[in-house]
Amino acid sequence: MSMAAVADGHSARVISLEDAGHPGPAPKRIITGFGFWIFLLSDIVMFSCFFAAYAVLLGQTAGGPSGAELFNLRNVAIETAFLLLSSFACGMASIAAEVRNPLWFQVAMAVTCLLGLGFLVIEFREFADLIARGAGPSRSAFLSAFFALVGCHGLHVSAGILWLLTMMAQVFAKGFRADILRRFLCFALFWHALDIIWVAIFSVVYLLGSAA
Amino acid sequence: MFGKLSLAAIPLDQPIPLVTGAVVLVVILAVLAWAVIASHLPYLWREWITSVDHKRIGVMYVLLASVMLLRGFADAIMMRAQQALAFQSNGFLPPEHYNQIFSAHGTIMIFFVAMPFVIGLMNLVVPLQLGVRDVAFPTLNSVGFWLTATGALLVNISLVVGEFARTGWLPYPPLSEMTYSPGVGVDYYTWSLEISGVGTLVAGINLVTTVLKIRTKGMSYMRMPIFCWTTLASNLLIISAFPILTATLAMLILDRYLGFHFFTNEGGGNVMMFMNLIWAWGHPEVYILVLPAFGVYSEVVSTFSGKPLFGYRSMVLATMAICVVSFTVWLHHFFTMGAGPDVNAIFGIASMIIAVPTGVKIYNWLFTMFGGRIRFTTPMMWSIGFMVTFIIGGLTGVLVAVPPADFLLHNSLFLVAHFHNVIIGGVLFGAFAGYTYWFPKAFGFRLHEGWGIAAFWFWLIGFYVAFFPLYAVGFLGMTRRMQHYDVAAWTPWLHIASAGAGLVLVGIICQVTQLVVSIRHREELRDLTGDPWDGRSLEWATASPPPAFNFAVMPDVTGGDAYWEMKRRARTESTKEVDYQPIEMPRNSPTGFVCAFFATVVGFALIWHIWWMVIVGLVGAYATFVVFAWRDHDEYEISAEEVARLDRANIAARRGLVTAAGGA
Repeated sequence: MSMAAVADGHSARVISLEDAGHPGPAPKRIITGFGFWIFLLSDIVMFSCFFAAYAVLLGQTAGGPSGAELFNLRNVAIETAFLLLSSFACGMASIAAEVRNPLWFQVAMAVTCLLGLGFLVIEFREFADLIARGAGPSRSAFLSAFFALVGCHGLHVSAGILWLLTMMAQVFAKGFRADILRRFLCFALFWHALDIIWVAIFSVVYLLGSAA
Repeated sequence: MFGKLSLAAIPLDQPIPLVTGAVVLVVILAVLAWAVIASHLPYLWREWITSVDHKRIGVMYVLLASVMLLRGFADAIMMRAQQALAFQSNGFLPPEHYNQIFSAHGTIMIFFVAMPFVIGLMNLVVPLQLGVRDVAFPTLNSVGFWLTATGALLVNISLVVGEFARTGWLPYPPLSEMTYSPGVGVDYYTWSLEISGVGTLVAGINLVTTVLKIRTKGMSYMRMPIFCWTTLASNLLIISAFPILTATLAMLILDRYLGFHFFTNEGGGNVMMFMNLIWAWGHPEVYILVLPAFGVYSEVVSTFSGKPLFGYRSMVLATMAICVVSFTVWLHHFFTMGAGPDVNAIFGIASMIIAVPTGVKIYNWLFTMFGGRIRFTTPMMWSIGFMVTFIIGGLTGVLVAVPPADFLLHNSLFLVAHFHNVIIGGVLFGAFAGYTYWFPKAFGFRLHEGWGIAAFWFWLIGFYVAFFPLYAVGFLGMTRRMQHYDVAAWTPWLHIASAGAGLVLVGIICQVTQLVVSIRHREELRDLTGDPWDGRSLEWATASPPPAFNFAVMPDVTGGDAYWEMKRRARTESTKEVDYQPIEMPRNSPTGFVCAFFATVVGFALIWHIWWMVIVGLVGAYATFVVFAWRDHDEYEISAEEVARLDRANIAARRGLVTAAGGA
């Protein structure tokens, strides 16, 4: 962002409340990116509620299975690998967009999409398996919190994939127009933010949950 | 095919909602018919419904709030009448209907009156005060407004199709769980607020980005009008608190729809978690509402005292302090629920601490008035009425912030009196002050002064007569939300309270009359210069109503009270000929309206479990965004000649005023 700020000619100086030399409105790219950051922060506040609920309800298994009995760390490791690699591919797409290379952009986005879909398939199978074993969300408050937290992340990934496909179609149809590049900037931020949330889920839910 | 929906959902046996619904339907159809016959419809569609102009969206927010105020007040007057009649009798409202009325009253007044009113004022004024041409995200702004309208529509549909929640304005579990509330009432509540909550979040993101990233040249933070600061604080609270509401209601929805156990009695659910989560949103919400009102008072008091605001820096500091501390007091809403003395003491002290920055503000307003040339206009009257009323409400608030006292007063009518004292005296008076103050800016003519003053006195006296008896019956032990009661000592107080509601009704009638009279006499009330109150901030530096682009040339700010400074300099310096440039403005778009249409479909379908309709609505909403994303021209150009013509006309009008004043 700060690189972009300099490139856009908007001064990256230290912000001072007293600064009389306020230069006027920021360029569009800065405004869009900044607004999207704020959205991401509010989204993280929402996730934090689900994390809090999970922490409160962790021990409320109502006589049902606990995390240690249910979680399969091998699966989760593969999921994590898929998601982190998809973020790498998304980064490649950003570079391709930067140098305006449509072919590499589409290839990198397609890889991002496939890895994201792989993640979703594994998560879906995990959920289906749990429900088949009688450990669905209505079994206990612990499982309710688990399904809601992990499922909320999964819904975000699904929405992200829909957005990703729309971006691919847009770049294909319209090319690297300024407004489309701004949208892609937001998409990339979104996709990476989902990674950050997944890292928290991986640590708090799966790692700590398997140890207990 | 239609889920839980059948003809039985229409309450044919209950005359009150049915007749009300019929009347509302007739009014809506009449307005539509008038719009069609007088061929206003294309104009409304082109200039308002699809508008992405922040001023128009602000006006529509305030209009929505005003209409919903009538609905919420109708609920209020029914409740007052019920309690006045219900001594050892059933009154005229059966319990299940009465319960819906107090739930709807609270929900509507907070979410669909207070919220849209303050968001509307912020939308209208903040870009003008910052000296810029628009908000950060104009089309999203329209989406946000229309999603709020969707929420309001769904709540009102519940009047005639199905029922509304009977749980109070916050649906506490386990009462709100499927076991105890199997009807669609709670679902109307949750989905309305999930949808309008998205709208509010969008508005919050938009306004924070606008204040932080879009200010005119020289408008550094410490030169911003206080209203911009309170807007920033309030919207920072929106983006950090509303996601909590969204998550909490989502958990309740999962409990009700899919058998989850977040807040249930069985399966290990935790009811207290709901109280904590909902109030972690709910207490900041109080400040989301009142901070913009504080901003309005700051502008009004400074303008009508003819002085810069006293203690600008302390005002900024107090605002931001409230913004932070508001997140540390939520537990005082349930001291009685057994958190223990240590926790209660900490939250009790925090609740008293938050009164300090508010006190600072009161002194600042008083010292601004001190030694000023005060003009007692309608907005100024609302502000002074606020100061007196709000201090009393604040004091009773500090009283209930003391945990031992709260154990006696919890859930009594004392509490009801307290929060009406601060919300009416704080938020609503501020909204009315802002409405009167900025009305000429929005429409180009002032509101009639006499009817405004009359409305103020009826509201003020009506408020005291309606709510001070409730403090008394609270002390006499009356709990809130009683459909009937057997204590004779309460009756006279409740009779007085309903008389107070009658006075407020007269106040509202005065306000409606004021609007009608002002529109009819708009030529006499015309504001030709754009500066009807001798204002100090930049919104008065442009014409009333402002052109679509707000400022022909973006102002260059050199100090606080930017427009006052410009006026002072204009007396001595000769004006330079301006070099006008063409201006690009965002094109109008039906995205917001169409998206809200599909949101309404989705919300209604979810409430009634009509799953195919949910899918149709979601696909429609997605398609709307794709169509929007695909358009090639998102801006249009206003030519330099047009900009010059509009600006020169305004400058000529202002010069005329200066010459006239100089001659006198």
